[in-house]
Amino acid sequence: MQLAETAVQAAARGTVKPREYLTFRLGAEEYGIDILKVQEIRGYEQPTRIANAPEFIKGVVNLRGVIVPILDLRLRFGLGSVEYNNFTVVIILNVRNRVVGIVVDSVSDVLELPPESVREAPEMSSVVDSSHILGLGTLTDRMLILVDIERLILSPDMAIIG
Amino acid sequence: MSEQTSAGSSGADFDLSQFYQVFFEEAAENLANMETLLLELDVQAPDDEELNAIFRCAHSIKGGAATFGFQDVADLTHVMETLLDRLRRHELALTAGMVDVLLESGDALNGLLDRHRGVTDTVLDASELVASIRAHADGLASVEAAPAASIAAVAAPAPLKPAGAAAPARTIVAKATPAERVLDVVVGPLDDPALADQLAELFNEIPGLGRIAAADSGKPDAQNKRQFVVHTTSTDDDLLDLFTFHVSRELVAIRVAGAAPAEPVSSTGIEGFGLFADLEPAVQPVAKAAEAVAPTAPAAPVVPRAAKPERADKPDKSSAVDTTTLRVSVEKVDQLINLVGELVITQAMLAQNGRNLDPIAHQQLMGNLVDLERNTRLLQESVMAIRMIPMAVVFNRFPRMLRDLAAKLGKQVELHTVGEATELDKGMIEKITDPLTHLVRNALDHGIELPQARAAQGKSEAGTITLSAQHKGGSIAIEVRDDGKGLARQKILDKAREKGMAVHDAMTDHEVFQLIFEPGFSTAEQVTEVSGRGVGMDVVRRNILSLGGTVELDSADGYGTRVTVRLPLTLAIMDGMSVAVGDEIYILPLASVIESIKLDQQQIRSVAGANRVIEVRKEFLPVVELDEVFRVPRFEARSESAIMIVVEAEGARVALLVDELVGQHQVVVKNLEANYRKVPGVSGATILGDGRVALILDVGHMVRRARH
Repeated sequence: MQLAETAVQAAARGTVKPREYLTFRLGAEEYGIDILKVQEIRGYEQPTRIANAPEFIKGVVNLRGVIVPILDLRLRFGLGSVEYNNFTVVIILNVRNRVVGIVVDSVSDVLELPPESVREAPEMSSVVDSSHILGLGTLTDRMLILVDIERLILSPDMAIIG
Repeated sequence: MSEQTSAGSSGADFDLSQFYQVFFEEAAENLANMETLLLELDVQAPDDEELNAIFRCAHSIKGGAATFGFQDVADLTHVMETLLDRLRRHELALTAGMVDVLLESGDALNGLLDRHRGVTDTVLDASELVASIRAHADGLASVEAAPAASIAAVAAPAPLKPAGAAAPARTIVAKATPAERVLDVVVGPLDDPALADQLAELFNEIPGLGRIAAADSGKPDAQNKRQFVVHTTSTDDDLLDLFTFHVSRELVAIRVAGAAPAEPVSSTGIEGFGLFADLEPAVQPVAKAAEAVAPTAPAAPVVPRAAKPERADKPDKSSAVDTTTLRVSVEKVDQLINLVGELVITQAMLAQNGRNLDPIAHQQLMGNLVDLERNTRLLQESVMAIRMIPMAVVFNRFPRMLRDLAAKLGKQVELHTVGEATELDKGMIEKITDPLTHLVRNALDHGIELPQARAAQGKSEAGTITLSAQHKGGSIAIEVRDDGKGLARQKILDKAREKGMAVHDAMTDHEVFQLIFEPGFSTAEQVTEVSGRGVGMDVVRRNILSLGGTVELDSADGYGTRVTVRLPLTLAIMDGMSVAVGDEIYILPLASVIESIKLDQQQIRSVAGANRVIEVRKEFLPVVELDEVFRVPRFEARSESAIMIVVEAEGARVALLVDELVGQHQVVVKNLEANYRKVPGVSGATILGDGRVALILDVGHMVRRARH
């Protein structure tokens, strides 16, 4: 079993230490991802369906001439009701030169998190492979799930890379 | 004094290395240009303009190399320049050996430049080349001294063109050194004997040409011919060029005095000149062979030559590098194309919105929209044209390749290229180069026979490979044709049976020939060290199919082979037919659509319960229901009448069942795999007029799926 690499450990080894996080909501949970991986934020538009793709891959959209796959993280994480309305937001990510859009419920803000406010995530069984969780960020009254979005998106079970 | 110092120091501080890249690019361009020109040079009658152009190439490289301190490059180009300078001032006559040594120098320069650029660490020693060029420049080198020993060895049996074929070496030496020669010149048959006297006058009028004396009594013989003895330092061609002021070239025969008089090959190699009229029937084949290799000098069995039409309009020939060009990175162009694609979509949306407006109330806006549409279309065309480059870029590789390969195989070949100016998308050009190289190599290796074998069949000893490119509709047709031995139908059939392929004797020739594209197919005779180990043709076909093209092969046993490759002009734009399936739109490549038929569901019959077929023009075609293939969600029941689109791919047809035909339009093809993965049944995506994405169907996949 692969041990979770936490932000603390990573920071100790001086490898991955994003300082600024974009935070967004999926259902009742709040997530944070490295702001440098975010290309832009857009409203949701109906994508073109791709046959025989997993349910969480909504299809592809035209982003200024580039064909971008859209995946719904809420479906991927199995977070209850999924609706698409005027407030549904797509975060366009740029991970290793691939442009991918993720659907989230809402985008909250951009936060700077000092390494000391990041706690190691406990071992838990969850739909998200815990190896993709960098740690849990603590704010006064909130908890952020910090996700290594690059590894998450490019992992084989996301079916983005063929 | 102080001023000088400061100028000197500022010069020293000035960092030249930032210009290295420009120099390397220019040098590479000049070298490529030089090679093309050298290969095109007619050794017997070099064109002054071409010699000058070659000289300029060497000179530019030398200048740049000296400036940047690449001493070895400058040294080598300096001696090349010396030789070329003497050539262009007619102090020396061009020989095939010189062309060889200059070509070799070009290769050496490439090597030297690569080292300076850091591409390779190999240190080349050019001193031998330098010595060899010096020898040529000093007029000392004879053909035996030509460094291209391997080529010379192969070429030795080649029939020699110049006068006195019985003593080839002597002639060449005589040509290379401006020593005086004694020639027998026969003129006639002449209608007007006085013309011959005018020839003699030439020697009086042109200083330094030499002396001429009548070898006969000053009267024409029974066949109206005159004979002269000429003492001259000029080459045969120079003499002939002068003589044509008065008598046509065919009527003049020049021989070195003392050469075997029975030697029938004339200096120009053209049969039918008067002197040997009585010998003609026997002489003909030899003369023909000589004609075929006429421009061929002993050490150069390959004479790559543009076909006549191309030679006629030399000044604006596309294969020469145009100096009024601008270097732009492909990324910038692609970005431009993307932006224009966006503009086209925006324009389409505006047009759609405009249609809902009252034309009378918004007359001016309507007019503007029409203008916008026209300008957008023109802009798109111009931008797409930037990516189009002439086929010459590919064709130019082949003269050198064939020359070297022919030398290795001991064959003789002439290359003709037609339609080099035909333009094709850059991406396409890059992808077609390898398959085409394979086809050309095959043509020489398997097609063209050895000179002896050709002569035995009454063919000219030098084979001909013709490369042609032309636009046909929305596609380009590239042909590789040779006049070699062709394909033997029976041998292919036998081989196919041996391999356990399903063949029968009733197959048409065309069907039989296509068998060589099957994987692993190779006839034993084909395998040589140069090409064809049984793989190859199937790879060629696969590559071409993947570009959306087709390849066909025709052949006549004993007469040659023709391979025709058809390709779409660009990968970026395609004529598409959009079809509706449920609420979704899919695009079919128009090129693969044969016809569309409206029909009732009842006309679809089932075979063995599951497979469904439909009869179209007395042929049963498998039916592919797109809504099932793509699992299109249906909100209402499928209508009773549907539309069948018959498509063809990989030589097979299927009928696609769709709900509606939406329209035909050009679509900009986008890669789905850039950000996503390959989707079975989908070859790409495009953006519709309303900004939405539509998937482009992979017709080949549909055919394979239905026929598996």
